[in-house]
Amino acid sequence: MKFTLNYLLILFLSFTIISCGGESSEHTPSEDRVSILGAGATFPAPLVTAMADEYRDMTNRRVTVNYQSIGSGGGIRQFMEQTVMFGMSEAFLSEEVMADIESSTGGRAFNLPITLADVVPTYNLPGIEKGLVFSGEVLVEIFLGEIVDWNDPKLVELNPDINLPDRNITVIHRSDGSGTTNVFTSFLSRVSDRWRDTVGFATSVNWPTGIGGNGNEGVAGAVQNTPGAIGYNSLTYAILNNMSYGYVINSSGNIIEPSYEATTEAANIELPDDTRILFTNTPAEYGYPIAGFAWMLVYENMEQNNAISNRNEAEELLNFIIWSITEGQELSESLGFAKIPNSALEKNIAMIRLIKWDGEEIGAELLLQQGLID
Amino acid sequence: MDPENSQLKSKGNFRNKYTDALYKWLGDKIFTFVVVGLGATIILVTLGMALVLFFEGSGALTEFGLFGFIKGTTWDPAVQMVFGAWPFMFGTLVTSALALAISFFPALAVAIFSAEYAPGWLAEIIDNLIKLIAAIPSVVIGIWGIFILAPWLRDSIYEPIFFWTEANYPDMLHILGNPMGYGMATATIVLSLMILPYTTALAKDAIKAVPRDQREASWALGSTRWEVIRMAVLPYARGGIMAGAILSLGRAIGETMAVAMLIGNKNTLPFSIFGAGATMPSVIVNEFREAVESLHLSSLMAIGFVLFLIALIVNLSAAYIQRKLSIGGGQVV
Amino acid sequence: MVGLLCISTVVVLLPLVIIMVHVLVEGFSALSYDFFTEELGSPSRAIQGQATGLVHTIIGTIVVDTLALLIAVPIGIGAGMMLSEYPEHPLNPTLRLMNDTLNGMPAILKGLFIFVLIVKPMGTFSGIAGSVALAVVMLPIIARTTESALQSIPWTIRESGLALGIPRWRVVLSTVMPAAKGGLITGILLAFARAAGEAAPLLFTSFGNNYLPNNWYGFIFSPTDTLPQRLYSLAISPYEQWHSMGWAAAIILFLMVIFAFILARLLARDKFKIQA
Repeated sequence: MKFTLNYLLILFLSFTIISCGGESSEHTPSEDRVSILGAGATFPAPLVTAMADEYRDMTNRRVTVNYQSIGSGGGIRQFMEQTVMFGMSEAFLSEEVMADIESSTGGRAFNLPITLADVVPTYNLPGIEKGLVFSGEVLVEIFLGEIVDWNDPKLVELNPDINLPDRNITVIHRSDGSGTTNVFTSFLSRVSDRWRDTVGFATSVNWPTGIGGNGNEGVAGAVQNTPGAIGYNSLTYAILNNMSYGYVINSSGNIIEPSYEATTEAANIELPDDTRILFTNTPAEYGYPIAGFAWMLVYENMEQNNAISNRNEAEELLNFIIWSITEGQELSESLGFAKIPNSALEKNIAMIRLIKWDGEEIGAELLLQQGLID
Repeated sequence: MDPENSQLKSKGNFRNKYTDALYKWLGDKIFTFVVVGLGATIILVTLGMALVLFFEGSGALTEFGLFGFIKGTTWDPAVQMVFGAWPFMFGTLVTSALALAISFFPALAVAIFSAEYAPGWLAEIIDNLIKLIAAIPSVVIGIWGIFILAPWLRDSIYEPIFFWTEANYPDMLHILGNPMGYGMATATIVLSLMILPYTTALAKDAIKAVPRDQREASWALGSTRWEVIRMAVLPYARGGIMAGAILSLGRAIGETMAVAMLIGNKNTLPFSIFGAGATMPSVIVNEFREAVESLHLSSLMAIGFVLFLIALIVNLSAAYIQRKLSIGGGQVV
Repeated sequence: MVGLLCISTVVVLLPLVIIMVHVLVEGFSALSYDFFTEELGSPSRAIQGQATGLVHTIIGTIVVDTLALLIAVPIGIGAGMMLSEYPEHPLNPTLRLMNDTLNGMPAILKGLFIFVLIVKPMGTFSGIAGSVALAVVMLPIIARTTESALQSIPWTIRESGLALGIPRWRVVLSTVMPAAKGGLITGILLAFARAAGEAAPLLFTSFGNNYLPNNWYGFIFSPTDTLPQRLYSLAISPYEQWHSMGWAAAIILFLMVIFAFILARLLARDKFKIQA
């Protein structure tokens, strides 16, 4: 028996070695390769992983970006624990966290907008396609558990032409900490004082009703499996999965069909230098009201991040970030993501310029190489 | 060259004896040292785990107190930053206890059948099948639950019951909860399926351990087969059977992935029958990678610590019952 | 009574058999050549019908599980020896209680423990952290099965060895251990079968990876994909294409565990009574 076991062991190991060796022969030699680890928000995951696929092909497998979608809360936490090279979140870092990081690393944490998050109410009503109209107030009442039937007069009033069924509403929300929740609840808080005072907004809140799904995926899955369900998902997830999603009335009283143009439009406002701003219920006249940035999180002093072991890794990470906010943005629309507006690109470049490794301004150096600053 | 060595060279006979003793004595010493060291590693790992969970969770435990934390019914990581473990303890205890209640008698029936009635070949098939099924990974049961069991339960069981109740006893609806397929009932059913093989195997071992003369005495009194089982075998094996049931309960309490995938994940009481709920392991899986605030994270660790205490209590009581109730044997792994 | 017991046995076994049939049918129909040769990448690969698979996950699982065995087997067997060969040792009652508690402890706590112990100090998630977490799952099972395998060897064998003047450690290593070999391997395989299916301890330790690592030791020192953890994230994803990959992952995992399990049963057959 011992022989069999040893044999199996050898077989496994040789299989492992062969399969790795076989891969590397036609591409960049393995010692030059760099792995970049990022984790965080589930919403931008399809975009970031597609960017990673593209970037890996572009560099002949020299740079592999491994992005794991674990939720925005997780992205912030692991960024703070320094187990990842970059975090990703749909909520910007709080003052408290920013101050903590400044005192422990001697530099700031940067929030770099990489794409825009747009959250749409998704539902599963057999026979009814997308386009059910919701107002902020109605969404608040549904998620407070006050409107419990699909043929409630308030819903009928907003949708006079649709034959709404006599069905219970099953509310589905995120069970984990999530920037999608942050964007959605911040919209509800801005349209309703009642919501702001009882539930508030955060990456995870104490939901008054409904069931939780884990991740953007979990909510989408639960909505699709449950007739009569309403949840909230990013527009991309809704489109990719053929889910029905609603239109939302914005602060100017216009019914806005979610689209990436309408989302980019929502961000077309004055941005602060650190880009930490929520613009849900946007004042922009034709802007979609439930939208916000998704940020990539990096340290100003990159050598302080335990997850980055040398300057080369830091530079490759920066190269990837610079690529993803410029050329990488071209991938956005085919995947149903909104591009970041020019104002955000400018703020990004200004922040990247300050990034250092052991006091050397590697950010400015790389931007200069790419001709993005002079 | 120390003087002892030169002495050894001159007296060859003594040297053999001496090195032999050294070989024996030192070899045994090293061996004992290594073995005890390895054994102690397990003790250290277990205690280390308890300590790590305690210290990581101490933030929450000092903030709310151990009992305050256990009794707290609010889990609110957003507005109030208040954390109480009760909803999850409640979810864990209810789903596990019900799962055991559902699966105990069927498991016992299978154990009795395969131990006492079935012919050898059939008993072996049942035995292997049961243990094979116990080996199916939790996530595999989870994916089956998500895509096959939950939709089926919703369409053919929950919704008919729900609509019938709606028509006849509308007041009872809040107890039933929303029949969307993910929830307490589904989690309980899956848990009972998962611990069933485990309970069966342990019960069968206990029955098998009943000595032959115990049965023979009963046969000699002219009992029927069923009477032998009822009067002689089961009383003898009850310690092992009960201890096995408690251990199965422990399994159900710690079951994580399948439950997290199927329970619906709702952190606020009250839970309803079909509605979503949460258990202690499921909330850790869902929120651990996501918790941003330190208090939130340490509350999750504190839940882990409470879970550790529960696992300890379960094992101690299984051992106690085993010793107290059994007349002779019923060995349990 | 017989009829009743018979019927209840069938009723009990039926749903369990149904689970196996579903997993086998759905799993086999989801397998493809690409599944074994391609990396996962982004979900758009699967949605657009490009080649995608779990080659990195399968290799990662093999590496992580093998390392876990290498860590757990010596410690587990040592502890089992202590329980069986030194029955009078004062630490034994504590060891037995701690071992049972460790065995009864939810696997997720083992993941949390290793996260604090290894991932945080190392500064990164890694395959080796996952291996250690799985080793903690395996330990108590190996210790317990080793104990009963060694105890099934009659004391007379040890006594005759000692009477011949052979030192105790030689008796244990060259007489008792070989005699109990089948039982020991059975225990190890059972521990493997249990640990290989665990996803919970891996979520916070080996973390996950969408690609093969850059070099072979990347499986050990950087985030690594494993079947149970990948299966979990595929199953809760909203993409149909990923669901069917999830079923394919499920069947591979299932076969792996069942293979180890059947091997264990065959070895244990009528020689040793060791419980799963």
